[in-house]
Amino acid sequence: MSDKSKSIESKKEFSKDERLKKISVLKVLLNRPELGALGGSILVFIFFGIIAGDTGMFSAYGTLNFLDVSANLGIIAIAAAMLMIGGEFDLSIGSMIGFAGICIAIPAIYWGWPLWTSIIFAFAMAVLVGYFNGILVVRTGLPSFIVTLAMLFILRGATLAITRLITGRTQVPGLRVLIENDPIAWIFATDSFKWLFNWLGSKELIELRTDGTPLATGIPPSVIWFVALTIFATWVLMKTRYGNWIFASGGDKVGATNVGVPVGRVKISLFIGTAVASTIFACIQVLDAGSADTMRGTLKELEAIAAAVVGGCLLTGGYGSAIGAAFGAIIFGTVSMGIFYTDVDTDWFKVFLGAMMLIAVVFNNFIRKKVTESK
Amino acid sequence: MSEYLVQFNNISKFFGKVIALKDVTMKLKKGEIMCLLGDNGAGKSTLIKTLAGVHKPDEGEIIVEGEQTIFDSPKDALDMGIATVYQDLALVSLMSVTRNFFMGREPQKGIPFFKSFDIEKANKIAAERMGQIGIDVRDPSQAVGTMSGGERQCLAISRAIYFGAKVLILDEPTSALGVHQASVVLKYIVKAASQGLAVILITHNVHHAYPVGNSFTVLNRGKSLGTFEKKNISREKLLSMMAGGEELDKLEVELKEIDRASKN
Repeated sequence: MSDKSKSIESKKEFSKDERLKKISVLKVLLNRPELGALGGSILVFIFFGIIAGDTGMFSAYGTLNFLDVSANLGIIAIAAAMLMIGGEFDLSIGSMIGFAGICIAIPAIYWGWPLWTSIIFAFAMAVLVGYFNGILVVRTGLPSFIVTLAMLFILRGATLAITRLITGRTQVPGLRVLIENDPIAWIFATDSFKWLFNWLGSKELIELRTDGTPLATGIPPSVIWFVALTIFATWVLMKTRYGNWIFASGGDKVGATNVGVPVGRVKISLFIGTAVASTIFACIQVLDAGSADTMRGTLKELEAIAAAVVGGCLLTGGYGSAIGAAFGAIIFGTVSMGIFYTDVDTDWFKVFLGAMMLIAVVFNNFIRKKVTESK
Repeated sequence: MSEYLVQFNNISKFFGKVIALKDVTMKLKKGEIMCLLGDNGAGKSTLIKTLAGVHKPDEGEIIVEGEQTIFDSPKDALDMGIATVYQDLALVSLMSVTRNFFMGREPQKGIPFFKSFDIEKANKIAAERMGQIGIDVRDPSQAVGTMSGGERQCLAISRAIYFGAKVLILDEPTSALGVHQASVVLKYIVKAASQGLAVILITHNVHHAYPVGNSFTVLNRGKSLGTFEKKNISREKLLSMMAGGEELDKLEVELKEIDRASKN
């Protein structure tokens, strides 16, 4: 018996040494959920750098273009990722975008509200929708997939019906003139760092229009929001108590409840998060286009989930990162824009999107096994 | 002040017409390990949940440190220092050791509204606590999923102790473990008791219970068959009581008959 225990001891010592050696930089990286998306982004940039490097895709104007597309998707992808880490889905993101759009446009155009009050109104509605989604999922215990699928139809239908009832059409134009001098709208509608682009233009470092002003006028608001939200979400997830509760709620609902994590409240707040992110998305797009469209945001929920999955979120919850989702969005944004600069037919974009997601899921599954396997 | 840290007197619990527990009494002193033994369906789970504050007893009284109390919720029991480690351990395997250790009770730092989770402090405490029980966590940010079953059990117990448990209720801590792992966990339980905790160890494995227990309460069909000091009872006697001695005797007779029949 004593011999046996000795051999176990010595075996332990041996394997310990062995393990110490194995912890390399690669292994540390492999344990991070965003690795796949980071690698994917680099690959995508290299690919288009070679294929489309001389087409203007990576000029200041071209870069801002694909960053704008990435950033818009990223705003909702980050919220979707946080919700997925918390163990739930929100399929009503796309419909919420359309709904938020008309919540801004109808009061502003038809009821004569100042633009800023209708923006606040849209956010208030978002909190309500998110709260309703959350309370329904938490109280009934039904899968969020079903609950939010119902909400997808309800919201889109209501958006269409209400808009046609009030306006007789499915689009509400005429917002652009209201943006000027509005105390809030500029947050969603102003390009930043214009001085930098003017200066770069004056030195002729970036492309100019024929009248001598730079083609790229500034960083679009979507990019600023995207960067700010990525930083904020990462801080929340990695560095706060609430972040730990999100991981716990998604990882093991029962266990988390047993040690005192308010799982219900965490989930409801995350549903509010996706609805609010959808509204930020809607504000930026509606104010940029100057009009609200009842079909705006269609299928965006699936793109957001796809970006989150490519970013390393597990469909079962409890694992993932905001930075990963951000890179996931950058991959999709870059490819969807980059494909215009190549000879490839743009119809192939969806094929790429699907393939990318499949690879990501297989990869994530492998990582999860790696992380949870016993030694 | 009573000599007992915690007393459960004549606890009964009914579910409709079903008598799940009847007149169960258990008293624990500081540093004592009481093993609660019983076969499947003996009422162990109901008793644990009653002690932990999940169920309210229909009859009987709970006295903690000399004061009679009623647990309205598991949190009440926890606040009184009665911590329960369930079989599922309440650990999330995808999360790190530190994040699990402090799950729901994260230390914070910083100014109001911008408080952050003090990971450095948490890492330090978690590594220190695990080190004390002889588990070398090389990296407190490693996922709990990479730990062995015994280590996870120890983590869950260590967490309960760190957060102020005086009475530790352990639900089948060794049932899913191999011999070596089980002995590691049992050793840790003895160590915890020697530091002044009272431990209620629920198990159906007499071989795990007998070496570590100071006293043994045997539960059968919702009733206590009594509490026995270790010196007053043998392992074999416990085993036969647990299974309902008569049944085992009957089984023995039947087996002999089968044996005889096959020889003929």
